[in-house]
Amino acid sequence: MSPSADQEDDEDGFLGAQSGPEPDPRVSDSSKEVPISRNGGNSSQEFLTMAVTQPQKIQESTGSSLVPNIYVTYLVVSHTNIPEYGGTEFSVRRRFRDFVTLADRLALAYRGYFIPPRPDKSIVESQVMQKQEFIEQRRVALEKYLSRLAAHPVLRKSEELRLFLQTNGKLPLQPSIDMASRMLDGAAKLPKQLFGDSSTVLAPQEASQPAKGGRDLIRIFKELRQSVTNDWGASKPPVVEEDKEFLEKKEKLQDLELELTEASQQAEALIKAQQEVGDVVGDLGLALIRIGKYESQEATGNAQKVHATDVKRLATAAVKVSRFYKEFNAESCKHLDHLHDYLGLMQSVHTAFSDRSSALLTLQTLMTDLSAMHARIEKLNASSSKTFGGDRSSNRKVEELNDSIKTAEKSRDKAQEEYERIKERNRSEIENYECDRQRDFFSMLKGFVQTQVTYNERIASVWSKAFEEAGSASV
Amino acid sequence: MVSRRSAGIPSSPNSPAPEQPFLSISVTDPVKLGNNVQAYISYRVSTKTNMQEYRGLEKIVIRRYSDFVWLHERLTERYKGIIIPPLPEKSAVEKFRFSAEFIEVRRRALDVFLNRIAAHPILRQSDDLKSFLQADEDSWVVEKSRTAEGVFKKKPSDFMQIFKDVQSKVTDVVLGKEKPLEETSEEYEKVKHYVTELEDHLGEAQKQSYRLVKRHSELGQALAEFGKSVKSLGGCETGLLGKAFGELGNRAELLSYKLQKQAQDLLMNFEEPLKEYVRTVQSIKAVLSDRAQAFRQQRELFEASKLKEINLEKLRVVRPDKVGEAEIDYRETKLQSDEANKRYEEIVKVMQQEMVRFQEEKTRDLGAVFHEFARGQAQLANDTAEAWKVLASQLDAWSHQSAGKAVESSA
Repeated sequence: MSPSADQEDDEDGFLGAQSGPEPDPRVSDSSKEVPISRNGGNSSQEFLTMAVTQPQKIQESTGSSLVPNIYVTYLVVSHTNIPEYGGTEFSVRRRFRDFVTLADRLALAYRGYFIPPRPDKSIVESQVMQKQEFIEQRRVALEKYLSRLAAHPVLRKSEELRLFLQTNGKLPLQPSIDMASRMLDGAAKLPKQLFGDSSTVLAPQEASQPAKGGRDLIRIFKELRQSVTNDWGASKPPVVEEDKEFLEKKEKLQDLELELTEASQQAEALIKAQQEVGDVVGDLGLALIRIGKYESQEATGNAQKVHATDVKRLATAAVKVSRFYKEFNAESCKHLDHLHDYLGLMQSVHTAFSDRSSALLTLQTLMTDLSAMHARIEKLNASSSKTFGGDRSSNRKVEELNDSIKTAEKSRDKAQEEYERIKERNRSEIENYECDRQRDFFSMLKGFVQTQVTYNERIASVWSKAFEEAGSASV
Repeated sequence: MVSRRSAGIPSSPNSPAPEQPFLSISVTDPVKLGNNVQAYISYRVSTKTNMQEYRGLEKIVIRRYSDFVWLHERLTERYKGIIIPPLPEKSAVEKFRFSAEFIEVRRRALDVFLNRIAAHPILRQSDDLKSFLQADEDSWVVEKSRTAEGVFKKKPSDFMQIFKDVQSKVTDVVLGKEKPLEETSEEYEKVKHYVTELEDHLGEAQKQSYRLVKRHSELGQALAEFGKSVKSLGGCETGLLGKAFGELGNRAELLSYKLQKQAQDLLMNFEEPLKEYVRTVQSIKAVLSDRAQAFRQQRELFEASKLKEINLEKLRVVRPDKVGEAEIDYRETKLQSDEANKRYEEIVKVMQQEMVRFQEEKTRDLGAVFHEFARGQAQLANDTAEAWKVLASQLDAWSHQSAGKAVESSA
């Protein structure tokens, strides 16, 4: 994971719990690592590091519009020893849109995993988009995002990420279709579905995918109806979330999220308050410098000259202390950032859990469909048996239904597979998450406390020196 | 931190050398008296002295803030040229008038006020001080009402002075004379400049000290809130991590308490003394103003007497019959002019001595204040480092234990 000297010592694979100074994740450095990493097994020897650098403004004139389209591309440089990558160093240019595509494709393909959230799209005007500060903020966020992906033992080997990092030129991943065209598609399919021209049974290959918003209106409608039945219906749904352990863990994670939110806020407030103390000490130092200078000028007797020197000494001490505070706060921030990071990760957890519920819902809906179809066949058989020689139209219907049932059963099996798969992913992710959190939080606590010790000692020695050196002179 | 300076003479109040005069005062026990709108705080003023002018070795009286104001006004009236120790401010905000902090700050400031007077070689002789420290309830009421008129009523000579000011201004314009109504001597300019600069610097230092107190208190609060939230977070974690969070939270709460205490100390021992010196600078400005006024008076009377002298000579020639009257008038004016000159020169002399005394005292006092400040900050930082150090070694042990467990479970 980290190509640092510590790797030799770290046979246990606890690379996260370094006692030395951690590289500042905010500083762009090609051998960056984020605190959230995984331990265990063979993966501890692999590494994948990326740097997002050299933002460039590209001006693209679109034929019809008067305003040229300006966007920013970033150079993404990767180093790795993961065999699947078939190489060690890659360098490509990507724009923000490409990152969005990557994130969307990962979300589709890796349902159930805690997929790190990508940086937000910002709804700001193009002028702001081009501002240096904004571009720099975004660059840092993108770098952080990629490192998090690299830290995930499964995602780092995904084809999507590999293509993103390796393929020069246009990103060979299909972006998600935008809402509008999805709705149009859906609207086009709807009449067919409603009038029974095409099968309304969910195709098996689609059963393992989430409902694509807008495109599968019928499916969405059915699943919605199912969820209402789940909540309000008199009978139990055909299959339910039974995993007690999961439900317990889920609740615990919800509690954790609440506490994390609060702690994250208080940590920010603490850093700010610490900063303010440092600032005011600095201001006091400046005031004392002026007083010291003035006292020097006005000094008539020896006592006053000594006093002036004391004041100057104290002023220097105060300014030094305020400088220490700046470093102090930057260090403290680094450690407490773990709180913010894990809070951000909660989004991924929610998504992973909701992947699970939607997979379950799909399964439930299909099973309900199946029972409905079986029930209809029974009814048809019952009524046709009353007709002598059988009812030709109802026989045909039964045949059709049997076909549909075969398809639906295949779909149900696929949905079941997907659901189980997601369940397993959830489980392993929760386990790793617990482990990582333990390790990272311990590291955070140790780091925070050690920083407090180090800097308070430094600050104490500065003040002590000023106190002692003045001791002989005053009173 | 002792805010009281005892009698300038290095001897303890309890066992004085028999010949050394000492005057030691303490202001204690603030008590709220009266009700509602009329409510006020009374203070116990205890005096220990061996000065003969004072009856007995010890005396205790009860005084309120307005009594201190009376004393201050009397001294200002009586002792021109002397930098009268300043009073703590009148309360600005009604709400805080009876807050514990405000009362304590005021009590200390009043204590300092009286002891500075007691330490001043001239002021300590004041009869008004004696009355303040000794007069019993009834005689005190009489004393105040007797002198109250004198304090607040403008003396007749002041009105005359104002009239003369107007007159002389007109004369100047008519005569086309550029008369300096203010001193221009180098020494005077220097003092004025010094006072202005000092006011600036002390004001700035005081402003920063106020902010320092506030920020320390805010950090204490933030630390307490942080500790609380960390403890709750620890509640979600099990095993050693939960314990670690809990300990961190506890430690943070402990340190928060230390910080609040430090903020209090800074308020009393850093901000308040600086504030007192800022107020003292106002006293110096009052002395400067008295000096300027004395200068003007002396100038005007001098000009007036000169004018009369010239007229007298003229009259001797032109109207010998008027000479007698004019001569008497001239002599009177000359007398006044001489007296005014004496007063002015006295103020200048006293002020110069006072400035020297002030500088020495300021050097001593502020030196001590800054020294104590550095010590307090060093102490706080040391204590903080120590408190966290203990936790650091605990965390180390726990995190290794916890990591060890993780290895076991994943093996």
